[in-house]
Amino acid sequence: MSYRITGSTGEWEIVVGLEVHAQVVSEAKLFSGASAEYGGEPNTHVSLVDAGFPGMLPVLNRECVAQAVRTGLGLEAEINLFSRFDRKNYFYADLPTGYQISQFAHPIIGKGKVLVDLADGSTREIGVTRLHLEQDAGKSIHDQDPTRSFIDLNRAGVALMEIVSEPDIRSPEEAGAYLRKLRQILRYIGTCDGNMEEGSMRADVNVSVRKPGETEYRTRCEIKNVNSIRFVMMAIEVEAQRQIEVWEAGGTVDQETRLFDHVRGETRSLRSKEDAHDYRYFPDPDLLPLVIEQAWVDELKAALPELPEAKRARLEQEYGVSRYESSVLCVEQAIADFYETVARGADARLAANWMLGDFFAALNRTGRSIENSPVSAEGLRELLGLISNSTINGKIAKEVLEDMVETGDSASAIVERKGLRQVTDTGAIESAIREILAANSDKVEEYKGGKDKLFGFFVGQTMKAMKGKGNPALVNETLKKLLSE
Amino acid sequence: MSGIHDFTLASARDALKARKISAVELTNAHIDAIERLDGQLNSFITRTPDQARKAAKASDEALAKGEGGSLCGIPLGIKDLFCTNGVRTTAASKILGNFVPPYESTVTANLLKDGAVFLGKLNLDEFAMGSANLTSAFGPVENPWKRKDSDAKLVPGGSSGGSAAAVAAGLVLGATGTDTGGSIRQPAAFTGIAGIKPTYGRCSRFGTIAFASSLDQAGPMARNLQDCAILLESMAGFDPRDSTSVDTPVPHYEAALKRGVKGLRVGIPKEYHVEGMPAEIEALWQQGMTWLRDAGAEIVEVSLPHTKYGLPTYYIAALAEASSNLARYDGVRFGERVSAPTLDGLYEASRAAGFGDEVKRRILIGTHVLSSGYYDAYYLRAQKVRTLIQQDFLKAFENVDVLLTPTAPSSAFAQDEKPSDPVQMYLNDVFTVPASMAGVPALSVPAGLDARGVPLGLQLIGKFFDEETLIAAGHAIEQAAAFHHRPTIHAGVSA
Repeated sequence: MSYRITGSTGEWEIVVGLEVHAQVVSEAKLFSGASAEYGGEPNTHVSLVDAGFPGMLPVLNRECVAQAVRTGLGLEAEINLFSRFDRKNYFYADLPTGYQISQFAHPIIGKGKVLVDLADGSTREIGVTRLHLEQDAGKSIHDQDPTRSFIDLNRAGVALMEIVSEPDIRSPEEAGAYLRKLRQILRYIGTCDGNMEEGSMRADVNVSVRKPGETEYRTRCEIKNVNSIRFVMMAIEVEAQRQIEVWEAGGTVDQETRLFDHVRGETRSLRSKEDAHDYRYFPDPDLLPLVIEQAWVDELKAALPELPEAKRARLEQEYGVSRYESSVLCVEQAIADFYETVARGADARLAANWMLGDFFAALNRTGRSIENSPVSAEGLRELLGLISNSTINGKIAKEVLEDMVETGDSASAIVERKGLRQVTDTGAIESAIREILAANSDKVEEYKGGKDKLFGFFVGQTMKAMKGKGNPALVNETLKKLLSE
Repeated sequence: MSGIHDFTLASARDALKARKISAVELTNAHIDAIERLDGQLNSFITRTPDQARKAAKASDEALAKGEGGSLCGIPLGIKDLFCTNGVRTTAASKILGNFVPPYESTVTANLLKDGAVFLGKLNLDEFAMGSANLTSAFGPVENPWKRKDSDAKLVPGGSSGGSAAAVAAGLVLGATGTDTGGSIRQPAAFTGIAGIKPTYGRCSRFGTIAFASSLDQAGPMARNLQDCAILLESMAGFDPRDSTSVDTPVPHYEAALKRGVKGLRVGIPKEYHVEGMPAEIEALWQQGMTWLRDAGAEIVEVSLPHTKYGLPTYYIAALAEASSNLARYDGVRFGERVSAPTLDGLYEASRAAGFGDEVKRRILIGTHVLSSGYYDAYYLRAQKVRTLIQQDFLKAFENVDVLLTPTAPSSAFAQDEKPSDPVQMYLNDVFTVPASMAGVPALSVPAGLDARGVPLGLQLIGKFFDEETLIAAGHAIEQAAAFHHRPTIHAGVSA
């Protein structure tokens, strides 16, 4: 089912490509030894190289190269053994050298792909055009002084990966799914923390529209620096709408750079094509071409963690979880690891049910993440074990889990403390039922007269009398037997 | 008995080790000479006498204990393109203002580690852009040589004009230079001294203010090649802070002097017979061939077919890089700022006030050749031609060991004879540029005087990292030429 926007002249299709800037996880910056850590007092993570002092030279940080290669492998992309750094020249106060070192003509990573899952259960492949390494700029601060701007160079020179998608995206939903999947891959590999609030992942969104069936692309606009997945989706929608209105009014869309204003829910022109910078790219003569060995790439590949798609397939196969369950369990490695710890030595299907249900609910309620979950994987496994061996039933288990979250006690300790052990003594169950039937002889008559629905009532009354501890199967069986007497 | 100003770097070194003179004496004599003569020559931008005396005293203490590196107590001048920790560094430009680097360039750090005494920072063309040392914001440098028949002020060549003049006049025993398209060799030839442009990557560029990164190379300038060899050995070496620096051992260059040239094959590139070259330069070149042949070398004609493209290609490649390298001088973080209400205004005002005309011209040319629509026609084509020029040399070196050419197409001209057309000025580099484009080492040695009594130099070009053969061949010319002339203005005589 294709996403379409209906305008006054009929339906429109949208065409979107994303350029994602992902900050590389590394100790030091791309070309200097200064710390790449986020935050810090302004201008404390700055070397003379970052500040562009006379005679300072860039020296490539090999770990950043390794991170780019790992990411390329995660995107199933071509790894270019030869790549090169170029200078992108423009003047700005937070760009100390007057040029950004980037990779223009020869990026380190070529064509790759990302598989995205859509809400209707379908999967789409979004092409990756390229990934290249480049330096981040510093930060200009304009709101601290009425006449002056301040510059913080902490971020200047930090390594970024620019990941460019093909114009394969056809709906805001796909754009969101692509970004989430990309972020998931980057986090799995540990090459970017994907934190959009801190700016470690930002997107430039290229949007154009066309009539369904058209094979050529129409003019696109680039929406710069959108910093949340939700805003990317919103920006695409409003920009597409704007372009459709322009076309339908008989106008033409101009190629330009725009900004997304999420408060007003609109995009605004930043600069037109005529005002576009001439970046005067040329190979940076301070750096040699980057030549890497296939053997090194192989080494990095061998050391890669299991990636989301592979993990899902394995979980489905090994533990019999559904496609949906695997997608939820594999959102983060920590969740999948937690699940596997629980599932090993427990009923794996039951474990998936519990994690997706009561366990996540407990995390949400307590505002905790999987890393500092109030219940350990071992603790949850013990609880599920108590269900499996009929020590407690599912209903009691919910109560036990709540107690575990609250007190931190183990499941078996809580069961003992509260005397929640399930009653499997048929004698005790039978006597409890007999009391219920005796006290409700009218209902017994109605039941026998054909009102089958009353069976549930008897089960409920029995469980209530037994404080929920009756073994459900035995209660059912015994009730049937006694009611047919 | 010769005076203290007759020392070469090598003989001063030996006298210091033998404790025949003290480093303080030697340094003071040079400081005195600078005070006496440099008001006229203007070879120094910044003098550091106090620092020099302190360093000399420390050298004497080390020497007294039988310690001290290869340059212990040797007074040197540093081209003001090398950043020196705590000493103002200007690149001969106003835009850097009173910039005092908190760091030391690798080359000068190497020299300091070996015990050198720095007398100060030497004048140059602004950002090393020039061939006559006329573009310095600190005024032109005067060549200590005079024509026999006139008192006209001659240029010392450029861009390392201050280094050349200071060495020639005996104000320093040696100096650092940098060579992008001939900036060591041409001024060396103009002032009757020796200078080596090493293989690209031999000396670290870290801490040296960049002109054209793919061409810039530091090198020594001194009275003779022995002195240059001693300096180069100290300056050279791998530096992990410069990605283009090459990790190959530094040989004992001084030892190469004794090698001789027997059996050496010396190539004469036929394309270097350029039109309009003075007959006396052509004659000197022939003389050079004779000297080398007499010393046992074999002279072979070779072809470097792309020579004629050298200059235009150089002025595209070098200026493209320069336009980008000089973008950092924007008045924001260091140097001179001219305030303006907008950021663009600040850039425009600061750069308009800070850069001189020649630098502005080169930034404009460099920006143009990289611009969209012109990049392929200029920059990209220049890169391709550069490769061809490099191949010319590689091919020639399959047959010969070194190449012999004149260093410059003229002798030093007078300051007021400066060509009004900047392109004419660029022709000074016609013989030096190709080796720079190829990255191969080259040197200039003084070989004689022209009819008006002004020095002329011969250039030798060598194989990658084969500075030793260059030095051996150059020394053979030195011995045959027996160039012992001194300039009109020099220390040790009452000027």
